Amino acid sequence: MKNEGGDMPELLKWQYPIRYGQEMEVDADVLVLGGGLAGCFAAISAARKGLKVALVDKGAVIHSGAAGSGIDHWGSCPANPASKVSPEQYTKNQIETFMGGYGNVIAQYIVARDSYDVLLELEKMGMKVRDTEDEFKGAEFRDDKSKLLFAYDYESNHCIRIWGTGMKPALYKECKRLGVHLYERTMVTSLLTENGKQGARVVGATGVNTRTGEFCIFKAKASVLCMATPERLWIFSTEWTGLVCRDGPPSNAGDGHAMAWRAGAELTMMEKSTHEEWGGSTGIGSALFGSGTTFATWYPCSLVDAKGKEIPWVDRNGDTLTSVSQRTHPAPTKKQDFFSLVLGGGEGGKSTSPHLIEDLAERIKRGEFALPLYADLPGMPEHERRVIFGLMVGQEGKTWIVYRNLIQAGFDPNKDMLQVYDLGPAPHGWRRLRYGGLVHDWDLKSTVEGLYAAGQQIFDGCGASYACCTGRWAGSHAAEYAMRIDTLATINREQVDKEKARVYAPIERSEGMDWKELESGIAKVMQDYCGDVKTEELMKIGLQSLEEIKEIEAPTICARNPHELMRSLEVLDILTCCEIIVHACLARRSSNNWLYFQRLDYPVNDPPEWRKWITLKLKDNKVRIGELPLDYQGPLKKNYEAHRK
Amino acid sequence: MMEIYAVPNLTTPNKPVVFNADVCSGCNRCVEVCVSDVFMPSPEKGKPPVILYPDECYYCGCCVMECPLRDKGAIKLSWPLMQRVRWKRKATGEHFRIGMRNSSSLKNKESS
Repeated sequence: MKNEGGDMPELLKWQYPIRYGQEMEVDADVLVLGGGLAGCFAAISAARKGLKVALVDKGAVIHSGAAGSGIDHWGSCPANPASKVSPEQYTKNQIETFMGGYGNVIAQYIVARDSYDVLLELEKMGMKVRDTEDEFKGAEFRDDKSKLLFAYDYESNHCIRIWGTGMKPALYKECKRLGVHLYERTMVTSLLTENGKQGARVVGATGVNTRTGEFCIFKAKASVLCMATPERLWIFSTEWTGLVCRDGPPSNAGDGHAMAWRAGAELTMMEKSTHEEWGGSTGIGSALFGSGTTFATWYPCSLVDAKGKEIPWVDRNGDTLTSVSQRTHPAPTKKQDFFSLVLGGGEGGKSTSPHLIEDLAERIKRGEFALPLYADLPGMPEHERRVIFGLMVGQEGKTWIVYRNLIQAGFDPNKDMLQVYDLGPAPHGWRRLRYGGLVHDWDLKSTVEGLYAAGQQIFDGCGASYACCTGRWAGSHAAEYAMRIDTLATINREQVDKEKARVYAPIERSEGMDWKELESGIAKVMQDYCGDVKTEELMKIGLQSLEEIKEIEAPTICARNPHELMRSLEVLDILTCCEIIVHACLARRSSNNWLYFQRLDYPVNDPPEWRKWITLKLKDNKVRIGELPLDYQGPLKKNYEAHRK
Repeated sequence: MMEIYAVPNLTTPNKPVVFNADVCSGCNRCVEVCVSDVFMPSPEKGKPPVILYPDECYYCGCCVMECPLRDKGAIKLSWPLMQRVRWKRKATGEHFRIGMRNSSSLKNKESS
């Protein structure tokens, strides 16, 4: 019999040295917090200016972050040579058509302008971006001159298919080559501010090693916060896979949002935060992109019913499409109106790109189509079949293993049809993946001096090209800022000691509540009082419930080793993120379909007086609500040129 | 006679990764790269790591991707039973699924 190994012995000693309370101090010019795509690019661009850069990551940089296992498309790339749209047109479409004005114009425009250059940088670092082996020669989605492969929209060519399993390894290598100091398996727990004052200049950060429990004090002239959208807020269970995350890995617990909040930085769009099912929630159904669908990575795959009858596709006008090729072109009557982002778009999630018939579920119930449905890869044109299953499934996050496992189990895309596990693909709202985050200016500087931000850390941040381009931009501005500062600021010892006491409290208790029960309790509050339908009354009870948890149960959280300590500290950050979200939801007293935000007590959708950003921050530990015009960015081209470094 | 112990329930799923200890060299590369830090190095040198936190596995597959002995079968990522998807061979109507014993069992009997 095969010897499996890997089993848990009855009593296992902690295999790493324990260093609770011991301190490690690090000095840097630029401190990058979070080592995903945004963080790596921030570190690289600061290091290129010859500065001393420290990069801190909770995981291991080679595969950490939301794109740690890969990415199959490089979106928002209208500056590539085969694109038929300009960065200005692209940005206008993204912000106005796709998000009704509720989008991050500054970041979106920087990405639209820079993303092709950044892709070429990734190519230089060793990531494959072109069909150099002519595997797809003759395909409709290939530009033969550049050998770039386009995705989703074969007419305007602003989204490029890439071999993104190589992205994080390439960035990791580049960080090492440039001498970036990596501090891995280190959870950042707080930002340090001048004189320990909330809202004052950020002068460093604290962290705790997730294996040894060692305490870290980072001092820096400038910091770039590059952590992720919080996960695990509404649904929590350890009986489903991956702690039921929405999109990123379970380690994306909103640490960055929480520490920025405590440091007094301003956030916005937090009321748009929506629950986990909307990411295609990975834990409950089958593995993401590991079953039949037409969504994103699988676009534009044909579906058939149990008897082999094809499910029709329609365009935005409701006209039935007669060929596979039409699914990748704008509707004829709206030639100039290219696709919105990847898929979807339009108010309330109504699809503007070609899609399956909208009444599919009804027609299944009437008996017109028989369950189950299947993704008909064998029925697809050859190039489409190979690019969906082999490039997209294979390179997208978490699908390298989907491809490998299915092929090893005998699945043959030329012969086999993978089952679809519901009444057709759910109406995924890709826009829902765009959460709130830090308010920033054209330098991607937060509202706090010395603190820059990128990727999902800024409001409306989403996607690989977005993360890389904003990371590069923020890193270079942080570096410029650091170069203007002569010496490191003194760290306020009282602030460090207070944080140290907070961090180690869970390991000093011998009994109390474990992180899982605390997290489940918080998620239940969010379901009950800050769910799809919101009212003032409900949310006030919700806020009170969260405050009670903070006062009563959270101070009993108990950890038995550095790993449990990490999870416990994450749950405390999750609790803070939930509080921010409820405050933001209370502050927007109007419904808004663009923000997936429904208030029963203010049912009018998007009234003109509420067309603005609601901002919030802590000042003297009190919540301050503010506002910003939706178009606070000013003239695009002029500002971009003025702030480009 | 075998000893019976009073033990707490396991978490589910509890076997996201399957090692073959005869092939695995215990290099702990998987331990180094895991984003969730699911593994713990084995106390015995040269042995596969312990899967300490199976419930935190995010099924990204990076442990397999980075394993130098993956093609020799040292490590496999195994979705829980509820995620072992099915497929149908278009020409024959045969049904298959992840983890089934062989490819020719289970003839589909659906009417067409």
